[in-house]
Amino acid sequence: MFLTIVVLLPVLVAVVLLASPRLPGPVASWAWVGASAVDLTLIAWMWWRFDAGPAIDFDVKIRWIPTVDASYHVGVDGLSLPLLAMTGVLFLACAIWSLREQDRPRTYAALFLFLQTACLGTFAALDLILFFVFFDLTIVGMYFVIAGWGHGNARRSALKFFLYTFVGSLALLVGFIALFLGGERRTFDMVALAADPPLADSPLAGGLTLLAIGIGLAVKTPLFPFHTWLPDAHTDAPAAGSAILAGVLLKLGTYGFVRIAMPILPQAWQQWAMVIVIVGVISVVWGALVALAQTDVKRMIAYTSVNHMGYVLLGLGAAGLVADADGQARTVATVGALFQMVSHGLLTGALFLLTGVLWSRGRSYAFADWGGLARPAPVFAACLGVAAFGSLGLPGLSAFVAEFQIFTGALQGAPIATIVAVSGILVTAGLFLLALQRLLTGELQTPSALTAEPMRDMNGRELISVVPLLAMSLLLGLAPRWLLDVLEPAAVAVVELVSR
Amino acid sequence: MNEFIAPTVEYAELSPLLIVLGAAVVGVTLEAFLPRRGRHRIQVVFTLVALVAALLATGWVAAGLDEVEGASGRGLIAAEGAIAVDGPSVFMWGVLLVFSIISVMLFAERRIEGGVSAFAGQAAALPGTEAEREASRQGIEHTEVFPLVLFAIGGMLLFPASNDLLTMFIALEVLSLPLYLLCGLARRRRLISQEAAMKYFLLGAFSSAFFVYGIALVYGYAGSFTLADIHAAVDNNTGSTNLLLAGMGLIAVGLLFKVSAAPFHAWTPDVYQGAPTPVTGFMAACTKLAAFGALLRVFYVAFGGAQWDWRPMIWVVAALTMAIGAVVALTQSDIKRMLAYSSIAHAGFLLVGFAGAYGGDGITSLQSVLFYLAAYGFSTIGAFAVVMLVRDPGGEATHLSRWAGLGKTSPLVAGVFAFFMLAFAGIPLTSGFTSKWTVFSAAWAGGAWPLVLLAVGMSAVAAYFYVRVIVLMFFSDPVVDGPTVSVPSLFTSSALVVAVVATVVLGILPGPVLDLAQQAGAFVR
Repeated sequence: MFLTIVVLLPVLVAVVLLASPRLPGPVASWAWVGASAVDLTLIAWMWWRFDAGPAIDFDVKIRWIPTVDASYHVGVDGLSLPLLAMTGVLFLACAIWSLREQDRPRTYAALFLFLQTACLGTFAALDLILFFVFFDLTIVGMYFVIAGWGHGNARRSALKFFLYTFVGSLALLVGFIALFLGGERRTFDMVALAADPPLADSPLAGGLTLLAIGIGLAVKTPLFPFHTWLPDAHTDAPAAGSAILAGVLLKLGTYGFVRIAMPILPQAWQQWAMVIVIVGVISVVWGALVALAQTDVKRMIAYTSVNHMGYVLLGLGAAGLVADADGQARTVATVGALFQMVSHGLLTGALFLLTGVLWSRGRSYAFADWGGLARPAPVFAACLGVAAFGSLGLPGLSAFVAEFQIFTGALQGAPIATIVAVSGILVTAGLFLLALQRLLTGELQTPSALTAEPMRDMNGRELISVVPLLAMSLLLGLAPRWLLDVLEPAAVAVVELVSR
Repeated sequence: MNEFIAPTVEYAELSPLLIVLGAAVVGVTLEAFLPRRGRHRIQVVFTLVALVAALLATGWVAAGLDEVEGASGRGLIAAEGAIAVDGPSVFMWGVLLVFSIISVMLFAERRIEGGVSAFAGQAAALPGTEAEREASRQGIEHTEVFPLVLFAIGGMLLFPASNDLLTMFIALEVLSLPLYLLCGLARRRRLISQEAAMKYFLLGAFSSAFFVYGIALVYGYAGSFTLADIHAAVDNNTGSTNLLLAGMGLIAVGLLFKVSAAPFHAWTPDVYQGAPTPVTGFMAACTKLAAFGALLRVFYVAFGGAQWDWRPMIWVVAALTMAIGAVVALTQSDIKRMLAYSSIAHAGFLLVGFAGAYGGDGITSLQSVLFYLAAYGFSTIGAFAVVMLVRDPGGEATHLSRWAGLGKTSPLVAGVFAFFMLAFAGIPLTSGFTSKWTVFSAAWAGGAWPLVLLAVGMSAVAAYFYVRVIVLMFFSDPVVDGPTVSVPSLFTSSALVVAVVATVVLGILPGPVLDLAQQAGAFVR
């Protein structure tokens, strides 16, 4: 039941917050920080108790809808634990970031706590329907965050986000129903389905099911060509919302590939691995090039997410190239992809929070409005520098470890694709350096809204939320072992399942 | 000379029907003898007591159903072959009676109109005349609505349980005629209400004629009205196939009209908009349930053997219905019309489940449709109950623009409505998700996967207009001197609570009701 407490604690606090309308705003904000901190402590305890290996820990299974053998089945293994931890960290960072939220802080905190439960639940779920329920609830939560607290054209972006991802989730539902009906034993239980993969004897049905699930997850991830909701949603979302959207919600898509598509549809995954690799590589290159062309720092970061998620897909696709690569290479690629999910969560979360600094000072994200910020805001410049270098894959930070492993693992199976993808790094490096140059160096320039007062550097609250994210990225870059120890057994297990 | 043999009637098993219809007759006499002052209260209590008694009787009947030898279902054929009291019938009776109880509670609401019910004071008084003003000054009410609704409920109980086509036709008329009347009885905006009643009556009469003509042709084919005999005739392929096809088509027209499936849906928006809102809610939940029950019974039992003939037709109708309902709803600016088109779209989703005609392991099409109907009815009645509460000085504020910013002025009511919208859109943790998902999986298992794909697409389209209402309520600025939200009496509040709770529970813990639907088993013939 421990894991259930971890998952449900935030939403319980959210209910309490919603039920007490007279609660002062600051108290609600602190309650959010408290709840997230407690939740993170519980996750840390789980990590400490976790026995590295392919087995599922904290396993709970309760009959839910016996008619279709859907159950409340949650558990933790090496795939989900790092993502649960990353979710906990990122939500705590956003809670601290939002301590000064003036606009309906109680509802805001409740919404984020609801989102946290939905995200943790998706990562912990071991039943397809349960997964889907939590997966869809994240859409609802994020929709309200963008629509209610966004800026610019927030309502339109929120609706676009909702409809786009909702259509995706419906495709996912179709895929799940196909898995259910295709199985020897009609069940929604992921463990049972992975043990006895459905649709094994009909490649066409398996491929179509993978297509449905793939589209559903690709919208969420997002992968080219299903990424067009992302820039709008990010530009108009509040900083904390963007951080969660990019840091956690995008991982739900890639996590779905590792947790559902690969173990349950191994034949189809092998058969279509090259297509998956190519989609990944297109996302890498496309995301990088489009990001390069942006005139708005937040849109730029949003497009780099498409690029980074492309690497994940490259690694996961390479894990299915059974005929062309040996088991070790495929394991390395998978570990890299899993590592990239955690690393991207931390770094992009930090980057989006940092853009929030710009918005709070000058109500603008446009490159044209900002310049020479290194002089008045040195701490901001330092943080942005670390985050940007981390994101472009500088050795010593976490993204390097991840991307290095992905390329190493994928090179044997898909050499050309990997070489093309490496060129993506070059573009990413260029665009981040360009962004740093535009924002930090040169003549001091601030938006007209800010001309009256001097540019303020980051305050303590902003630092406390951003610096730990960067510190963890640095830690993972310098000493990746303690994360790899958890990831590797799980990756080995996934690779074994795929090569059946 | 043949001796007269008295028919055997299983009074005990038919007790729910007899209670409701008997209460309706007594209700009419009460109208005649009671003084006007106390009528409303007595009629409400009497109607509710009768419905609860019928519900208890249904439970008792359900507990006593026996397995049928040599078939999969439970139940018996009562009243000399006229009525099938089997698992699905009893399940639908139970759900129908629960819906009816909630609806009658909405009928009984008097506080939000300032002490009078939502029905015309004196239907005979022409709109806008001195007689009408006189009636409303005296606070006259039509308490006949309660016996009328009891007759309609009686017809609805009989409709899906009829085991021969003639009984089914009688049931159709018994349920329709009171509804035509009820539609025309709105207290506010009477002209539009009377227009709705007229339109519903004319189109309904047409569809009944189609239905009867279909019965005649099928009789010509099979030589019998009972579903079991028709089934046998279809299996043995006696008679002329042309007669069967034409008959099936015409019967389908009559039934599809009642479920408001395209292209027989044209009456729905006008009638839903014009009818008094409690009646709209009642029709949307109960008529749909009864009509789908009858549709399933006729096509699965009587024409089960000819399913390769009718399934293509249902596929086309289902696709059309979903598409028209979802797409046209996008352009609606009146909340009741929008809900009407949404109900058309949901009829389409239900038809997808029906078209699957899957009867194997797991959830069968019948069970999934039954579950969907139960889940959808609660949300619909709830949504219309909310519509009753949002008012302008001139009556209900049904124009969508008037709902802008409602979330800021009355968060609770707007929140409840938003919740129903999410349920209609099929968001998880609401009954809408579970029901869509059961219907789609049953349809997929029955091989109707292209329809499922289309249904999924249409759910996405439908999600747009549901979410648009939420946006309007929560993220728009309130209109100047916007509508007020009336505080309802205990009747409406408890109906709303039941609807919300049912929508949540069927979303989170659908197991028990799904089990009930599964235990209902198959139709008996």
